[in-house]
Amino acid sequence: MQALRRHAWLIAFMALGLAFPKLAAVAGQEYYVSFVSRVLIWALLASSLNLLVGMGGMVSLGHAAFFGLGAYVVGIIGLDAPQWSGALVAWPLAMAVSALAALLIGVISLRTRGVYFIMITLAFAQMLFYVFVSLKAYGGDDGMSLARRSTLPGLNMANDTVFYYVVLALLGACLHALGRLRDSRFGRVLRGIKDNEARMESLGYATFRFKLAAFVIAGTVAGLAGALMANQNSFVSPNMLHWDQSGTTLVMIILGGLGSLWGGLAGAAVYLVLEEVLTAFTRHWQIALGLILLGVVFHAPQGIAGLFARKKP
Amino acid sequence: MSELLLETRGLQKRFGGLVATDSVSLAIRRGECHAVIGPNGAGKTTLIGQLSGVLAPDAGCVLFAGRDVTDCSAHRRAMLGFARSFQITSILGSFTVVDNVALAVQAVSGSSFRFWHAVNTETELAEKALEILHRVGLEGLAQRTARDLSHGEHRQLELALALATRPQLMLLDEPMAGMGPDESERMLSLIAGLKGSHTIVLVEHDMDVVFRLADRISVLVAGRIIATGSGEEIRANAEVRNAYLGDDASGEGMP
Repeated sequence: MQALRRHAWLIAFMALGLAFPKLAAVAGQEYYVSFVSRVLIWALLASSLNLLVGMGGMVSLGHAAFFGLGAYVVGIIGLDAPQWSGALVAWPLAMAVSALAALLIGVISLRTRGVYFIMITLAFAQMLFYVFVSLKAYGGDDGMSLARRSTLPGLNMANDTVFYYVVLALLGACLHALGRLRDSRFGRVLRGIKDNEARMESLGYATFRFKLAAFVIAGTVAGLAGALMANQNSFVSPNMLHWDQSGTTLVMIILGGLGSLWGGLAGAAVYLVLEEVLTAFTRHWQIALGLILLGVVFHAPQGIAGLFARKKP
Repeated sequence: MSELLLETRGLQKRFGGLVATDSVSLAIRRGECHAVIGPNGAGKTTLIGQLSGVLAPDAGCVLFAGRDVTDCSAHRRAMLGFARSFQITSILGSFTVVDNVALAVQAVSGSSFRFWHAVNTETELAEKALEILHRVGLEGLAQRTARDLSHGEHRQLELALALATRPQLMLLDEPMAGMGPDESERMLSLIAGLKGSHTIVLVEHDMDVVFRLADRISVLVAGRIIATGSGEEIRANAEVRNAYLGDDASGEGMP
């Protein structure tokens, strides 16, 4: 039942996503294909954070570290080892590097909870931020441009529409996997830990290991999102690791719906569309964002995705 | 093998200058219901914390079935066969009642590092959970969200969670705390039904309950065990009367 509903939503989303470039072409608005690619990549990043925060109750303010690391792996390979810049090598490598970083950071920071966990994840991310600022070989704080996008056999990745479809396929696959994970044994344990960690310990769950696994999975997906964003912008900079980005991602999932499978996508879409629309009127568009966030927090604590969820009988 | 299931030797715990448990040596026999009584602040919950592995003792050791488990964490001990119910209800409030218990069943039925297969298709987890809910009399509320239950029902769920991990040893910390007389009576017969098949360490305030359920009783005063024995022996013990019931105790409050 649960799974059927999830599949129906996923199929509807993918159908809409597949049709979008054609609709945009008909409307003469091809610019928006690239814009939506950006939304989908942010959605991927936000969904990975939602696994941590929404499902596992681990509020990380350093998630952008894994996003930026993934991006830098693609950038550095493009510069130093262009023969490996195929997506089939560079992207898995980006994910592996982010996974390893998440493992190391997670082992330390998951020994803390609450505010301390927020602070320590923030500290690690800022440390990495300054590492990349100081790497003059890779542009320092100016960042670095990519000569070209990662290649995929048989696809012209330089074409924005082709790239869009690749992003869409990866987001669809990740959402499917995250949905399965949420309904699995592991997902149920993770939700249990969020609810009452001491009780889960006393039932026999080694909660640290479950949290660490979730942290690594989330970091890995964030690394993929970073690799995609590097390709989307053909540019990588330390700002991708800055805590601004972590904060933005957190705002997205609060807007979209904490713990909801669609929260990341809904939040990323609303956030970026608002930004796109409101910046036409004012530079201070975040004032409006703040008001909307207040409204969501007080009137729809389940976020935008929660408005569509069926109420339990 | 050994007749003792749980043994502590010289268990000690300090919180700053306060000695919460002071060289506590207990010997719990397999299959017995062993009550720990004592006035407020005697260190009963601290003792349960050390037995369950949540609190590390400053000195002394805990033996389970002859094996030293002093350095085992709470979840390791749970896997060895410890189960605990909390004095202050500790359940998964956002889960349904049946999912609470199913999660406890899941803890002892294979690895939970399974990421793909939908857990709600594992019908045997839910079936075992329902069986246990039936035992504690909550089967009619299986689909309710746990936090919406009444206090007494929370206490029953607390016991169900402890039962669901198929424990050898149950540490029950005031299972009847805050219950009305009818609910208490139910809980009492529930626990009486577990006697024999489970080894129980029962921390309880209600003397009536303790004397009806316990095979043996240990009296904890100011962190020390001052006496251990059958209900008869404890009632007759002058030191217990003095320290625990006060000088003027003439058996009042004691059945």
